Amino acid sequence: MSGAAATARLALLGAAALALGWVALGAAQGGMPGWGWAVALAAWGCAWAWVETAANAAPGRLMRLAIPLAFGATLLFLWEVVTVGAQAPAVLLPPPSMIGARLAGSTAILWADFQQTFLRAVLIGYAVGCGAGFLTAIAIDRSPFLQRGLAPVGNFISALPIIGIAPIMVMWFGFDWPSKAAVVIVMVFFPMLVNTMAGLQASEPMQRDLMRTYAASYWQTLFKLRLPAAAPHVFNALKIASTLALIGAIVAEFFGTPTVGMGFRISTEVGRMNVDMVWAEIAVAALAGSAFYGLVTLLERAVTFWRPAARG
Amino acid sequence: MSRALPVLTVVLVIVAIWYAATVWLNAPWARDQAARAGATLTTIELVADAMAQERPVLPAPHQVAAEIWKSTVETRLSSKRNLLRHVWITLSATLLGFVIGTALGVGLAVLIVHNRAADMSLMPWIVASQTIPILAIAPMIIVVLNAVGLSGLIPKALISAYLSFFPVAVGMVAGLRAPERLDLDLMRTYAASRAQVFWSLRLPAALPFLFAAMKVAVAISLVGAIVGELPTGAVEGLGARLLAGSYYGQTVQIWSALFAAAALAALLVGLVSLGQRVVLRRMGMRP
Repeated sequence: MSGAAATARLALLGAAALALGWVALGAAQGGMPGWGWAVALAAWGCAWAWVETAANAAPGRLMRLAIPLAFGATLLFLWEVVTVGAQAPAVLLPPPSMIGARLAGSTAILWADFQQTFLRAVLIGYAVGCGAGFLTAIAIDRSPFLQRGLAPVGNFISALPIIGIAPIMVMWFGFDWPSKAAVVIVMVFFPMLVNTMAGLQASEPMQRDLMRTYAASYWQTLFKLRLPAAAPHVFNALKIASTLALIGAIVAEFFGTPTVGMGFRISTEVGRMNVDMVWAEIAVAALAGSAFYGLVTLLERAVTFWRPAARG
Repeated sequence: MSRALPVLTVVLVIVAIWYAATVWLNAPWARDQAARAGATLTTIELVADAMAQERPVLPAPHQVAAEIWKSTVETRLSSKRNLLRHVWITLSATLLGFVIGTALGVGLAVLIVHNRAADMSLMPWIVASQTIPILAIAPMIIVVLNAVGLSGLIPKALISAYLSFFPVAVGMVAGLRAPERLDLDLMRTYAASRAQVFWSLRLPAALPFLFAAMKVAVAISLVGAIVGELPTGAVEGLGARLLAGSYYGQTVQIWSALFAAAALAALLVGLVSLGQRVVLRRMGMRP
């Protein structure tokens, strides 16, 4: 297919999908008539064809971003049409519009929860845990004996359900955010330790020999060669830890909190069957988690600009 | 130098630190009790007391070991106090979730590798789905499915499946794309169909990736099952033991449940590794 024809087809399909979707959403209000379902299906089909066409037309940078977004929008549309049209009970699955309204309507509560869970427990725990793991790896770098002993133990502990220590931490450090930060610290420490240790071995013998011919000291070799070579491993651990940290903080709040926090809100509002509030909280958590992950990825690109994968 | 000696040393050091911490953390309570009774404790008495409290801040390793022994061997299997029973309940949810998640992950990976549109639209969302703290939704899934009448094994297994599909999907996509240009071209000179390329080239090449992913998936699947047990009112399973222990301050019970979970995780990962070694060796690959 030529470029112009593909563009025309994309524009046509996109317009059709939007128009049909609009009609279907309008029809869905207050019970979906039979033809409404047909329109919704047609809108879905148009969106599908749009993605298919766009994917096969050798997409550029902008299209690479647009395709997953279109897919996500289609999912949201189907969710809305099915929940509203079939009049599904809100307890089961509230429509996205209801969640959006709740999100906009209770920003004060959500912000307070976000502060308590994310800005205190997650960020502090993440910084301390990752920092401690990184420094420990460097501290034992000079002792092959300790490395050989710690690597298997660290790998083993990384695979354990560490989240289980949450009740113990709540008992030791009280209900407020320090206990959650402690859980986060333990959760992120071992992946960071293991990955940094692996990263410090990543430089090649030839490169280390070159540093020796320059009469470089241990610290010079560490800072100029081995730490930059370890950066991909370290950032990999930072990314893993960013998702672990949020999970750790939220789940730890199920075991006891002051009356604020994302995990607290989720568990209490579930009990009161305020499912739209739970979904609003999850949306905040998802946004925060994605933004956190995205930030680490951006930082990685800036620091390891010399890697082929980063130039991608 | 083998690895046994260093690992043993590290483990011994950890146990030693643990014992020291036990004394340090439990001593205040022991001193307090002694002061109320109007007695003073010698150092030896203090240490002995710190390691034998009913509800210590930190139980000593041998206390945890004794509790595990008592609740697995010396209790009847039908009793609710038997730890093995709780382990089995968590294990069944873990395995069911792991199987569902692995099947889903492999299916998605096959779809992504063979369909460009699926690749471009699904892959970013699969990655994004993991930046979302899935476990945060766990209580809601449990409660909502309970409202529909689904309870017990299935909701927990679904959470495990949601967590474990991701490593499998990502690993499998990488694995199915692992064959090199040259190999794919060779298949084309044989006039191999897409299905033939899949079964005789892509799938065998993907197996090492699949096993590596399954090790991660089975561990995370266990975490999902444990967290899934938290909001159900804490009836049965390792997660329930943790929650009940934290409600009643039974620290020894919490620690023994934790160790049971750790042993279970080690066992599951070990089984997957064993499967990996056997399968890859039979295929003539270096494991």
